Amino acid sequence: MATKGNKIPRTPVREQDPLKRAANFEEVCLGYNQEEAMLEATRCLRCPKPRCVQACPVGIDIPGFVGRLAEGDIKGAAEVIALDSSLPSVCGRVCPQETQCEGSCVLGIKSEPLAIGKLERFTGDWRIGHADEFEAAPAQPLGKKVAVVGSGPSGLACASDLARLGYDVTIFEALHKAGGVLVYGIPEFRLPKEGVVAREVASVEKLGVKIETDVVVGRTLTIDALMDEEGFDAVFIGSGAGLPRFMNIPGENLNGVFSANEMLTRANLMHAWEEEYDTPIYQGEKVVVVGGGNVAMDAVRTARRLGAEATIVYRRSEAELPARVEEVHHAKEEGIEFKMLTNPVAITGDESGKVTGIECVRMELGEPDASGRRSPVEVPDSKFRMDCDVVIMALGTSPNPLIKDTTDGLEVNRRGCLVADDNGATTREGVFAGGDAVTGAATVILAMGAGRKAAAAIHEYLSGK
Amino acid sequence: MYPILSKTLLAPHIYEIVVDAPRVARSGQPGQFVIVRTDAKGERIPLTICDYDREKGSVTLVIQEIGISSRKICAMEAGDAFADVAGPLGRPSDLLDLPAEELKKKRILFVAGGLGTAPVYPQVKWLHEQGVEADVIIGAKNKDMFTYVEPMRKVGRVHLCTDDGSEGFHGMVTGLIEQLVEKEGREFDHCVIIGPMIMMKFGAMTTKKYGIPTIVSLNALMVDGTGMCGACRVTVDGKTRFTCVEGPEFDGHLVDYDEAMRRQAMYKENPKTNPETHKCSCHGN
Repeated sequence: MATKGNKIPRTPVREQDPLKRAANFEEVCLGYNQEEAMLEATRCLRCPKPRCVQACPVGIDIPGFVGRLAEGDIKGAAEVIALDSSLPSVCGRVCPQETQCEGSCVLGIKSEPLAIGKLERFTGDWRIGHADEFEAAPAQPLGKKVAVVGSGPSGLACASDLARLGYDVTIFEALHKAGGVLVYGIPEFRLPKEGVVAREVASVEKLGVKIETDVVVGRTLTIDALMDEEGFDAVFIGSGAGLPRFMNIPGENLNGVFSANEMLTRANLMHAWEEEYDTPIYQGEKVVVVGGGNVAMDAVRTARRLGAEATIVYRRSEAELPARVEEVHHAKEEGIEFKMLTNPVAITGDESGKVTGIECVRMELGEPDASGRRSPVEVPDSKFRMDCDVVIMALGTSPNPLIKDTTDGLEVNRRGCLVADDNGATTREGVFAGGDAVTGAATVILAMGAGRKAAAAIHEYLSGK
Repeated sequence: MYPILSKTLLAPHIYEIVVDAPRVARSGQPGQFVIVRTDAKGERIPLTICDYDREKGSVTLVIQEIGISSRKICAMEAGDAFADVAGPLGRPSDLLDLPAEELKKKRILFVAGGLGTAPVYPQVKWLHEQGVEADVIIGAKNKDMFTYVEPMRKVGRVHLCTDDGSEGFHGMVTGLIEQLVEKEGREFDHCVIIGPMIMMKFGAMTTKKYGIPTIVSLNALMVDGTGMCGACRVTVDGKTRFTCVEGPEFDGHLVDYDEAMRRQAMYKENPKTNPETHKCSCHGN
């Protein structure tokens, strides 16, 4: 196909019908087939100085892999991505492409940007389906052991890079299932657990990485015990985000108020929405989710699928919603109501302590704050009430203190995040860290990138020993 | 998998289960708990560590058949295995932080009710090992419901009470606390109460009357047990605290028990946890 790339419209992606999918947990976006992927790949302009690569947190050679796709060389495309990313099936689904690669695509100036995320997803899924063709030659064992704390995106990425270099790697996971936020946080309808996450984890295990679940580092084992008693030469901490934040408004401990983490963990990790699983979930008829990030969208869409009339309450306007545009769009299609410029001030309950409603005030946008976003200011005398029986707080997390409290010499910053340099080295020799434990809540791709940087730094550190 | 090494019926519907969990056994301390999951479809259930054998690598748990998941746990036998035993979780008992000299001077009263006797045991045993002999009130509905009395007698001074007077003091634990303090003139400078929330509430009200600093161990609902979900939040001294990482022990005079009891009952009407409406293929039901 020699057509000028920018003349072809962006290839639409097939999705489950909004009305149907609002009542099931199956994946919303069905992705490209090979024909669609190849057609879309031809749209790439092959810019000599590709802005998309600069905008990618891990610098994937986007024109490189897209070019191979356009030629029908999917394996070659997968190999190009693998140089920089270990989780293409995941990142193709959950990356905020509109603010990264696709947001800087030249095609987007006059028409629509190249669907880089969907192409990455197609390539990643193809790789999962053809795992046998990617048999890497086993690395020469180096005789050195590295412990990885947490099996989320940063831990998986760090572990697989180290295993490829020949290290004896063990991942310690606190929960009963490996995958971290990919398993407990992001819902099935956005990221299939068996089809994608479990297979990504399996491919890491295939490299020789051992995964030990039910080990809460900081309690079951300390960092010191790992190094002094269990003989690990270095440790990578990718323990993720931590304790859910609440607003500290009246009524937050009423029955029916949950953190988004709790609601999502029950639904995703514990399968509470499936009858044959024992874990219950508190099903509301009218659910209000407070917050505007991806986690808020995941929570509100999960509530919708459980049968609720579900509403997002956010204190800024739609333009400031931190969630991916695609999630907001999907949520709206599924019938989620968005109440913008609205801030809760209290949750009300009945005499038995169950939630009956939420009291809010209207907001307007004032001057930009330190983050560059215009800060919301309360409109005087604007208090109003919404009836609801469940309130879900999706306000982010503050770091889990377990590891810092039990490890001497490991510094944290004033927000409680682990202090680490650009390569992940902490203030403790031989101990590296990356992902949300260092940055606070961020994205899968940033965590994965941090895990890979730390793996390189650990290799350098141990090579010099 | 975590094989069950033995299972013993201690009292009607109350079982002691010894499970092979070497990592937990190695690092567990009095006051801490584990999360148990029976199988791939099971709930994550927090259970207090009642004893541990560091050499054998085993951990002792005591559980009462109440809801669906506890019945499922109790239906398992020696030779079966739990899918997961994660821990130890929570902070160890504050008593462990005291310097030996200070600890030896302490006059400590434990109050155990119902299932609370088992988690009290490792603390009393630990004190005994440090040369401190504590008083232990054990309360039960009737004499058949007592558990851990004999092991406890080996490590502490035991006082029994029953609601129906079938053994020991006739009355509730609160009555026995009053008897010890007012009639027998005993003085205590530290109290630990573990048992049903309602007992901890009234027990703590009684010790407050005498100005005895009191610790309670809360058995809040949990999911992950590692500080991630906030299901276990309780109000202590007007502040929201997470039982799993900041507890399970809190100042008994500052806990909002009414809220804690209300939150414990959050899933009472849920079809999954209500034995009347529960539908599943789990064995033992």
